[in-house]
Amino acid sequence: MTAEHVVGRLRTGMTLGIGGWGSRRKPMALVRALLRSDITDLTVVSYGGPDVGLLAAAGRIRRLVAPFATLDSIPLEPHFTAARQRGAFDLVELDEAMFMWGLTAAAQRLPFLPVRAGLGSDVMKVNAHLRTVTSPYEDAEELVAAPALRLDAALVHLNRADPQGNAQYLGPDPYFDDLFCQAAAASYVSCERIVDTADLLKEAGPQTLLVKRAFVNGVVQTPNGAHFTSCVPDHDRDESFQQAYARAARDPQAWQRFTERFLSGDEEAYQAAVKAFHEEQQA
Amino acid sequence: MSSGATTTGVTRAEYCVVACAEAWRHAGEVLASPMGTVPAIGARLAKLTFAPDLLLTDGEALLIGDVPALGARAQVVEGWLPYRQHLALVATGRRHVMMGAGQIDRHGNQNISCIGDWARPARQLLGVRGAPVNTLNNPTSYWVPKHSPRVFVEQVDMVCGVGYDRAAEAGPSATRFHHVPEVISNLGVFDFATPDHSMRLRSRHPGVTVEQILEATGFALAVPDDVPCTREPTAEELRLVREVIDPNGARDREVPA
Repeated sequence: MTAEHVVGRLRTGMTLGIGGWGSRRKPMALVRALLRSDITDLTVVSYGGPDVGLLAAAGRIRRLVAPFATLDSIPLEPHFTAARQRGAFDLVELDEAMFMWGLTAAAQRLPFLPVRAGLGSDVMKVNAHLRTVTSPYEDAEELVAAPALRLDAALVHLNRADPQGNAQYLGPDPYFDDLFCQAAAASYVSCERIVDTADLLKEAGPQTLLVKRAFVNGVVQTPNGAHFTSCVPDHDRDESFQQAYARAARDPQAWQRFTERFLSGDEEAYQAAVKAFHEEQQA
Repeated sequence: MSSGATTTGVTRAEYCVVACAEAWRHAGEVLASPMGTVPAIGARLAKLTFAPDLLLTDGEALLIGDVPALGARAQVVEGWLPYRQHLALVATGRRHVMMGAGQIDRHGNQNISCIGDWARPARQLLGVRGAPVNTLNNPTSYWVPKHSPRVFVEQVDMVCGVGYDRAAEAGPSATRFHHVPEVISNLGVFDFATPDHSMRLRSRHPGVTVEQILEATGFALAVPDDVPCTREPTAEELRLVREVIDPNGARDREVPA
């Protein structure tokens, strides 16, 4: 499969989950392919990073479900903050744990899971759809019913995968990519390298096999496909490029130049432009 | 460059480090989650001195078994704590987090989401992140490196971290594990040890007057008749901060002298 094939399976108006966390192991090659399409009006569900930023800047988000958007080493995602300040999309602002249990509920085909998080906070005020539930046991505790975050499609990026969709992370954190895939009607995995199934355990133990093929509808090999977010141990976050992204994002004219230089061609052109960027930096 | 192991010339940043470390003195065998440079130095100082049972992370998914200098790589790993486990650990209560605050009010409600009307904010910040889950499940303290009336406000624009009044309104499930032990700023240390759990000045850092603190606070702060000074660091604590934990003086960039 190619990134274009994946995007061909997506539709305007879909609820799209995006894996990773902040500026870490985001399926950026798939997001870039999405930007080259006409698909819009999306509900994006994400522990947000530059995936949210790029889609917001391109006006593709109707509704965002997220506890934050950040570039990690740069705390504020500039496109996200700008989009919020101009009221560009609706926001369902959830706590990080509510989000996790919402994904878990969707993965387990439950309508909700009870959590303590949210009580007393304005998360309950700005999300008028949220309800509480009372424990039927003696304690009778009133808890938040974190609603299932069901997804039409999920996009995730891992280090390795076999052609059937068994996908492996080799860094220290799985994030929530398996949950995103289980919560989605269809999931697409991009990876640094596709390997034979027989070779999956050559680099690490079986506990690194995070995503199972039964939950995957397509696999794409996209080397450096998480760029500029981190995808350790294959590559770290590209901090100098991220800085250039953030600088450009704060100024409309600079952003125009950035999109012309980096986002006007296909993935190969993007990777070549990034390489040229670094050669310039070193010169 | 900071000077050697002497208790003279203690900087404001160093008083802040010691005040932050004190927040974890009686925490026990729990995860210390410091957010910000000075709290990170404080947590490491606490672990190296009076709170050796604390668990610390590398800022990513590993629990570290040694106490490296800021920015240096840990040599010993004692555990694994990816985000999903970290969020689940919060619900066990075995953690004391020190978060930042874009705004904080007299009841300890904290805001890191946005400034202005939530529907279309004047200034979007991070988002609520884990503040709601933190405050209802494990002790949550706050660190404010630049104390001002813009941060210490009468009412926060979006309640992310839940304060005492809002927890009480929400009922027993909200108050059951709710605890905001301390707020530490570059001017002093604050707690909620008042009859109505409103914020009280517990100590002022040496060199800071009560008047300065009141001027920098946008609500009526409870002030006891006698406000002590934040304690002095010991010579050994200063050596650890200056030579072991923060030899490059990152603390001075967060709290300038």
